[in-house]
Amino acid sequence: MAQSNIEISQEELQLNPNLKEKPDTLTRIFFRKFFKNKLAVTGSVILFIIIISAVFAPLIAPYSFEQQNLIDKLKPPSSEYWLGTDRYGRDIFTRLLYGGQISLLVGFASVVGALIIGVSVGALAGYYGGIIDAMLMRFVDIVISIPSFFLLITVVTIFKPSVGNLILIFALTTWTNTARLVRGEFLTLRSREFVLASKTIGTKAYKIIFSHILPNAMGPIIVSATLLIGNVILAEAALSYFGLGIQPPTPSWGNMLYDAQNYTVMLSAPWYPFFPGLLILLTVLSFNFIGDGLRDALDPKSID
Amino acid sequence: MVSYIFRRTLMAIPLLLGITILSFVIIKAAPGGPVSMLMDPTLKPSDREKFEEKYGLNDPVHIQYFKWLGNMVKGDFGNSLIKRGVPVSELIMNRLPNTLLLMLVSTFLAAIIAIPFGIYSAMRPYSKLDYTVTVGSFLGVATPNFWFGLMLIMFFSVNLGWFPTGGVATLNAPFSIWDRIHHLILPAIVLALADMAALTRYTRSSMLDVLKQDYIRTAMSKGFKEKKVVLKHGLRNGMIPIVTLFGLMLPSFIGGAAITEKIFSWPGIGSLFIDSAFQRDYPVIMALTVVSAIFVVIGNLLADILYAIFDPRIEY
Repeated sequence: MAQSNIEISQEELQLNPNLKEKPDTLTRIFFRKFFKNKLAVTGSVILFIIIISAVFAPLIAPYSFEQQNLIDKLKPPSSEYWLGTDRYGRDIFTRLLYGGQISLLVGFASVVGALIIGVSVGALAGYYGGIIDAMLMRFVDIVISIPSFFLLITVVTIFKPSVGNLILIFALTTWTNTARLVRGEFLTLRSREFVLASKTIGTKAYKIIFSHILPNAMGPIIVSATLLIGNVILAEAALSYFGLGIQPPTPSWGNMLYDAQNYTVMLSAPWYPFFPGLLILLTVLSFNFIGDGLRDALDPKSID
Repeated sequence: MVSYIFRRTLMAIPLLLGITILSFVIIKAAPGGPVSMLMDPTLKPSDREKFEEKYGLNDPVHIQYFKWLGNMVKGDFGNSLIKRGVPVSELIMNRLPNTLLLMLVSTFLAAIIAIPFGIYSAMRPYSKLDYTVTVGSFLGVATPNFWFGLMLIMFFSVNLGWFPTGGVATLNAPFSIWDRIHHLILPAIVLALADMAALTRYTRSSMLDVLKQDYIRTAMSKGFKEKKVVLKHGLRNGMIPIVTLFGLMLPSFIGGAAITEKIFSWPGIGSLFIDSAFQRDYPVIMALTVVSAIFVVIGNLLADILYAIFDPRIEY
C-alpha cells in the first residue's frame, strides 16, 4: 500500500522534473542551508584552521613555548620569527599556537559543563513545572542579575586560577541562559501529542525527558552552545588579560596580551599585542558566524 | 497599569533578597576569606578569639547575614579592608559619577550610530550596505574590548600622542570641559563598540518585522514617501522592543564598563571592583556585586514598565 503512494506518475514528473532526485532528508536540507550561508562557511574554515593548528602545535611550532632568547627580544616579524618575539625573546607564533590550545580547551570544556547544568535545570523546570519550575527559575533570575563579569571575578579571587578551576568557574557562571532556553522548549513540547502518548503507555519520566523531548529541543541548544563557546573564550581572555586567569609561563591569548600591555612594548613592538587579540577576534567571530548559520539551518521555518 | 507596576515592583523584592543571599554565600565559601585578610597570622589563640568575638564571627551564619543585610539597607556597607577606616559607601559614591558619565556618553554614541544603520539595513534587506552592516556588527560583538582599547591606546596615545592614555582629567590642571572630553573620547568609543553592534542587529530585526506589516504597506500604497512611512509610522513600533534590549544588555554593559574603566584607568566603580578583587577587599567586592545587581534589577523593572506604557496592545 505504501509503495503506491511513493511512486511518481509520469505526469507529475513532467510537471516537476526535480522529483526525480533523491527525496530531501532533514540532514540534506540542513547541510544545503548551512553551506549556502557564506559567513557560516567562512567561519567554519577559519575555525577548522585554528583548531588544527592548536591541536598539532607541537608538530607545527618552530620553537618551544618556554624557550627564551634574550638577545632576540622584541624582534619584528621575520623569516626566523614569523610573528616576531616577545619581551623574553620567545617566539610569538609558537606561543600563539599553544595559547590556542588553552583557549579552545577552556571554551569547549566550560560549555560542556554549562550544558550539563543548564540542560538538567531547564529540563526539570520545564518538564515538571509548578513549584520546582518556580524555584529553579527564580534561582536563575538571581544568577542572571549579577553581571557575569563581576560574578566571575568574585569567584576567581576565591579559587586559585588553574585551568581546571577556570573551566569549573565558567561552567558554574554561564549555564543560566541554557537553562532558560531548555525550559522554554520543554514547556511547549511537554504538552505535545507524542509526549502525552508516551506518558499514557507508562514510559518513565527520565526516558521521556532524554529520549523524546530533548532530541526535539537540540536545535536551539546547539546554537546557543556555539555562541556560548565564543563568549567563554572572550571572558577567559579578559580574565587572563587582567592576570586573573591562566597564569604564565603557560601561554594563553589573554595572558600574552597582559604581558604586552607595556609602554615600551607598545612603542617599539606593536605587532606583539596585535596578534593575540586578532586570534581571539577571529576565533570568536568564527563561532558567532557558525552559530548564526546553524540557527538558520536548523530552523524549519527559514527559507531554503 | 498601576496594579501591574505595583505587582512587578513587588516581584523584584524576593529577587533582590536572593541576590544578597547568593553574594553572602559565595564570600562565606571563600577559604580563609575576609578574616584571614584582617587578622595578623602571628596572633595568639586568645587574641584570635577576641578578634572573632569583636567582629561577630562567632555568631551563627544566619545572624551574620541579617546583620550585614540590616546594615546594607541603612546604606552601611562596612569599611574597606585595604584603605582602613574608609567606608565602602564613600568609595562607591566618589566613583559612581565617573561611571555614569562614561556609560551615558557611550550609550548615546552607540544609539546615534546604531539605530540609523539598523533602520537602513531593514529598509534594504540583503543589499550591499545591509551585508556590510551585518558583518560589521558581527565584528563589533567579537572584538575583545580590552584588546580594542589597548590598540587605540597604542596607536592614538602612545605612538601618535593625540589622546591621553587614561584618567578622567589631566592631573593638577584646572578644570576644563575640553580636557574632560579629550579624556572621555577613547573609553567611550571602546565601551560603545559592542553595544553598537548588538543594538544595530536588534534594530534591524525589529524594524524588519514592523515594515512587513499591513499598515506600512497601506501607508506606502497611499503614496506617502518611504522615508516618512519608515520614520514616522514604522519607527514608533519598531523601537518598542529596543527598550527592553537596554534592560537585557545592562549586565554585560556593566561588565564591559569595568574592563574599559580598568584599561583607561578611569576612576569609576568598575575599576574599583577589579582593583578590589586583586587586593581581596571583600567588603568592597560584596557591596559592588550587590549594587550592580540592584542596578540590573531596577533596569529590567524600568524596561518592563516602559514596555507596558509604550505598547498598548499588551494587557496586564
